[in-house]
Amino acid sequence: MSLQLWIWLMVGVTFTLYIGIAIWSKAGSTKEFYVAGSGVSPIANGMATAADWMSAASFISMAGLISFMGYDGSVYLMGWTGGYVLLALLLAPYLRKFGKFTVPDFIGDRYYSNTARVVAVICALIISFTYVAGQMRGVGLVFSRYLEVDINTGVFIGMAIVLFYAVLGGMKGITYTQVAQYCVLIFAFMVPAIFISIQMTGNPIPQIGFGSQGTDGMYLLDKLDGLSRELGFHQYTSGSKSKLDVFFITAALMVGTAGLPHVIVRFFTVKKVSDARKSAGWALLFIAILYTTAPAIAVFARINLIETVSEKRYDELPGWFDNWEKTGLLTFDDKNKDGLVQYLADPQLNELIIDRDIMVMANPEIAELPNWVIALLAAGALAAALSTAAGLLLVISASVSHDLIKKIIKPDVSEKGELIAARVSAFFAVLLAGYFGINPPGFVAATVALAFGLAAASFFPAIVMGIFYKRMNKEGAISGMIVGLLLMLFYMTKFKFGWFGGGTSDDWWFGVSPEGFGTFAMLANFIVSLTVCHLTSKPPKEIQELVESIRIPSIE
Amino acid sequence: MNEQLAKQYWKKNIKYLIILLSIWFTVSFGFGIILIDELNQFKIGGFKLGFWFAQQGSIYVFVALILVYILLMNRLDKKFNSKRSS
Repeated sequence: MSLQLWIWLMVGVTFTLYIGIAIWSKAGSTKEFYVAGSGVSPIANGMATAADWMSAASFISMAGLISFMGYDGSVYLMGWTGGYVLLALLLAPYLRKFGKFTVPDFIGDRYYSNTARVVAVICALIISFTYVAGQMRGVGLVFSRYLEVDINTGVFIGMAIVLFYAVLGGMKGITYTQVAQYCVLIFAFMVPAIFISIQMTGNPIPQIGFGSQGTDGMYLLDKLDGLSRELGFHQYTSGSKSKLDVFFITAALMVGTAGLPHVIVRFFTVKKVSDARKSAGWALLFIAILYTTAPAIAVFARINLIETVSEKRYDELPGWFDNWEKTGLLTFDDKNKDGLVQYLADPQLNELIIDRDIMVMANPEIAELPNWVIALLAAGALAAALSTAAGLLLVISASVSHDLIKKIIKPDVSEKGELIAARVSAFFAVLLAGYFGINPPGFVAATVALAFGLAAASFFPAIVMGIFYKRMNKEGAISGMIVGLLLMLFYMTKFKFGWFGGGTSDDWWFGVSPEGFGTFAMLANFIVSLTVCHLTSKPPKEIQELVESIRIPSIE
Repeated sequence: MNEQLAKQYWKKNIKYLIILLSIWFTVSFGFGIILIDELNQFKIGGFKLGFWFAQQGSIYVFVALILVYILLMNRLDKKFNSKRSS
């Protein structure tokens, strides 16, 4: 069977499955639309959280990034998993006990102020829109690379699918499609990894395989360190970034993860407090399967690539090289006209430019795996992008229909009216996301880091202090969130877009990169909140009682 | 009586959090970043130890930490609930 046919088949079957689940789990009330009726089992919620969380970037780009960064890529591995420890221990159980629908709900009620609620809504919208644009783009890219359709057609197909199950099913529809999408994506990620691990080391477990000996008896990592040195790259197992920056980036990603609204709302969907803890555990376990495999793929792919192309004759390279050259993701320029491929760190002499996304997507072809594995990978990448997009769209629609319309603009709106408003805002959010997918703003790459920085600088301190510090009042929390948000925006636009006079890496404050600055802005938020809070009056008695009550789970 | 119990429950919870988050910090920021050069002098299989903590070990410990927290809190909830209802 041809590759094209396999891909259409895999994508067709998985998409039919998602639509079937959406029809079966149609939402009938606002509670079902926002939080799936709070009746999701911890293990299903764990899978849904994992799919929600792992985006096109985790699936397609992360292993490739690590492949080129080596040790420095650890910031993503530790950052994007360590945040779940914070979520499970510091946020999820208490927010579940609080038991409303959204993050601005908590901020607005705990800080007894609609100003706080509006600030939270603005943060949630900025974070979610920057993120969702990248997902729709990812859907379009996968379609165009694998199915040879126009990138915009790919975005339209993705929009139609998400529109169908997000608008119809709300959180309930999204939850159960995400469970299916997790299964598809993890299977698609693991199968090629296991095959390649067996090929290269004889060990079927990639996590052990990349620390084992290759067929020539040499440890893979020693071999890669050696190859990297020869070609002039930094040693794979040690980094080139400063320790301080690695520290700050890791912390910003961890805290940002714990503050992302589309991840937090998932914990409103379970029945009780103990289930919120359990599902955080399941979620991290399901995520860890992919995140501990990614560094193994990074090593396998890099060794394979160097051995296949370095100092080889260009006209004798295998067919996949040609295919990926056509997409523009691989470019070869025979600078010294010797007909051989020189792949070197020195940009003057290097003849091969490789897009990092290839490392996962072309990996099965480089390792000469069968066609159905490649088709599976396409379906998995789509599952990863669609599940994350849907989760983000729900946050956007709930922010508009629940936090803005129901809580501020028109509090007397009926249950039915609110449900219609939720569906209409989901509809427009999909259109807007699709628009950004087709006309991606130039800042998409920069804004993913921004989304984490903003979540770390705004939500995380406000929520944690809302639970753990009874004395925190609205003046403190609001000023902290605003300072954190503005400081993060200032630093990011200064160094990424050259506003406010711009600057280079020499001008970074304390040598911290914009990616790591979220940690700094978070600390500023904490300091400002605590200072302002002690200069103003205590929160009212009923708020202190609310804090008491969310700390203790009810009798079960 | 109930207020007293709630205070005890919260104190115990905070104690668990401090212990577990110290481990969380040690394996990731400690072993994976600050002490990496020292740990990289040791090897397990083909992995330098510091590198292994940064790309594998810390993640396994994270999963274990949440698991331990679930077990500890379930036990605490049970004790708390039986005292509260009696």
